[in-house]
Amino acid sequence: MSAEVVLGKKAVAEKKDGFFIQTFKKLLKNKLAVFGLVIISLQIILAIFAPFLVSYGPNEQNLALTNQGVGTEGHILGTDNYGRDMWSRIVYGARISLVVGISTVAIGLVGGITLGLLAGYFKKLDNIIMRFMDLLFAFPGILLAMLIIATLGTSLVNVVIAISIWSIPGFARIVRGSVLSIKKQEYILAMRSIGASNTRILLKHILPNCTAPIIVNATMRMGTAILSTASLSFLGLGAQPPTPEWGAMIAAGQDFMWDAPHIAIIPGVAIMLTIFAFNVVGDGLRDALDPNMDIQA
Amino acid sequence: MEHLLQVENLVIGFRTAKGTSQAVRDVSFSLEEGETLCIVGESGSGKSITSLSLLGLLPENGDIAKGSIRFKGEELVGKKEEALRKLRGNKISMIFQEPMTALNPVFTIGYQLQEPLIIHQNLSKQEARKRSMALLAEVGIPNPKEKLDQYPHELSGGMRQRVMIAMALACEPSLLIADEPTTALDVTIQAQILDLIDDLKEQLGMGVVFVTHDMGVVAEIADKVMVMYAGEVVETGDVKTIFEDPQHPYTKGLLAAVPNVDDETQELSIIPGSMPSVDDEIEGCRFHPRCPFAMDICKQKKPPVMNVSENHSSRCWLQEVNNHDKSTVTS
Repeated sequence: MSAEVVLGKKAVAEKKDGFFIQTFKKLLKNKLAVFGLVIISLQIILAIFAPFLVSYGPNEQNLALTNQGVGTEGHILGTDNYGRDMWSRIVYGARISLVVGISTVAIGLVGGITLGLLAGYFKKLDNIIMRFMDLLFAFPGILLAMLIIATLGTSLVNVVIAISIWSIPGFARIVRGSVLSIKKQEYILAMRSIGASNTRILLKHILPNCTAPIIVNATMRMGTAILSTASLSFLGLGAQPPTPEWGAMIAAGQDFMWDAPHIAIIPGVAIMLTIFAFNVVGDGLRDALDPNMDIQA
Repeated sequence: MEHLLQVENLVIGFRTAKGTSQAVRDVSFSLEEGETLCIVGESGSGKSITSLSLLGLLPENGDIAKGSIRFKGEELVGKKEEALRKLRGNKISMIFQEPMTALNPVFTIGYQLQEPLIIHQNLSKQEARKRSMALLAEVGIPNPKEKLDQYPHELSGGMRQRVMIAMALACEPSLLIADEPTTALDVTIQAQILDLIDDLKEQLGMGVVFVTHDMGVVAEIADKVMVMYAGEVVETGDVKTIFEDPQHPYTKGLLAAVPNVDDETQELSIIPGSMPSVDDEIEGCRFHPRCPFAMDICKQKKPPVMNVSENHSSRCWLQEVNNHDKSTVTS
């Protein structure tokens, strides 16, 4: 009996899975999403343990051994035009992509959630905030990023800033939409009727109800952010050589397309797999978080 | 004498695209501690809006245009949001019609039940948990400890309404506003919930404003009854008088429309027509287009509130005719 008292809370927790575990279990039923999860996990492992997984530094040149193809001894993925180990550059590139992806999504989330909550809940702020968001939306994303970089100068940090700003309106719209529908619910009126403050209602009662669309979009946005970083770097606006950034690597490799196509193709495949992975996981999450899916399936 | 709640000449307007429309017109009533007032009326009669206005919870486009709401002598109209917030859930609480939607689906019962305690009494999480367990037991929920960690969807409608009541009563308010709390429940559960509210009222000595359209519920729970039609109070009186000697044709119509199970041959009586929209300006008495007793004066002049007897009043010209008849008989 006493054990039951002590374990009271735990016993209940064991009996039913929490929200996240439930979602995760549903996600695991989706084969494509599992494939995506594997790729993302691999990428995370590569990024964290990069120095232990490679035998050469990413910028270590060996001019005696340039443009070696895939499968060369000691260089699984060959070498580039300076004799740098491609495997090492890809692994370090994964690091950059992930850091850029996570930081842009994080900044975009903070900005987008704040603005979206305010716009959705306070009618007076709605027009001001959302019209400004529309303004940001009106620019093609890459153009906006290029504009910001042109003002701030080319560097990876500025790319992060540019892509974050570009991510904010998307999140703001999604959050605002959810807030608009949730604030009409009776439980929000009930919360007001027991004397909860606006801040408390927004952060403790409305925001947790918006998590599903936010999670899905953040995941998808990771892919887009990584792709945009690569595009900007490819155009020479982001990471500068010799940084082992995938987009920059493609740019450097395009001169050797004929002699050593793997220099451009390998980072291209890496980008493709990453974006594919984030998109299928995002799709899987959307299905897993949608409560109607159970009925239809 | 100071009333627990005194509402005087309350007018509530709504800003719409077409201009302002009056949802509540010149409503006055008062309530003492330990008393239950039932506000009765059809959908759209302004009864829910009246109850929401007591807490300052009108929708964004609604305003109290005129009148006063005094709670224990304290004026609530025009009070700052912050000050109202301190009253809500603490001194004045509310329970809602739909227990299915009035609880947040993403949180456990315990989490939500603790909110008023944390907001108003600054209890720590553990204390709040203990107290909410006691509250659940008080409103008759079996296994309160287990229920604390369950989500709203795991409970039945009746159980959820009990949770809502526990939440409303967490800080032992002196006024409880119940907006059709039994409408969404089936009859047996309805009776249980009514008993529960009545018991808790006795225990805490609260005043209860009970909004309903169910005359059966009124008979069960009310001390005083206020009948509303199209934003106006048409008749007030204590429950016995209203049931035994209704004066206003609308009240009579409502009472006649209650089905009688024992009488198999009974044809269900109806009030022909439907409630006018809040925008409709009706010359004279607002009920006259549907009133079987409408006279010429009803179409021209708005009837004032007339006293039938002490504590019983009706807004109807028939009253004057009756009084006139009486006076002619005596003369």
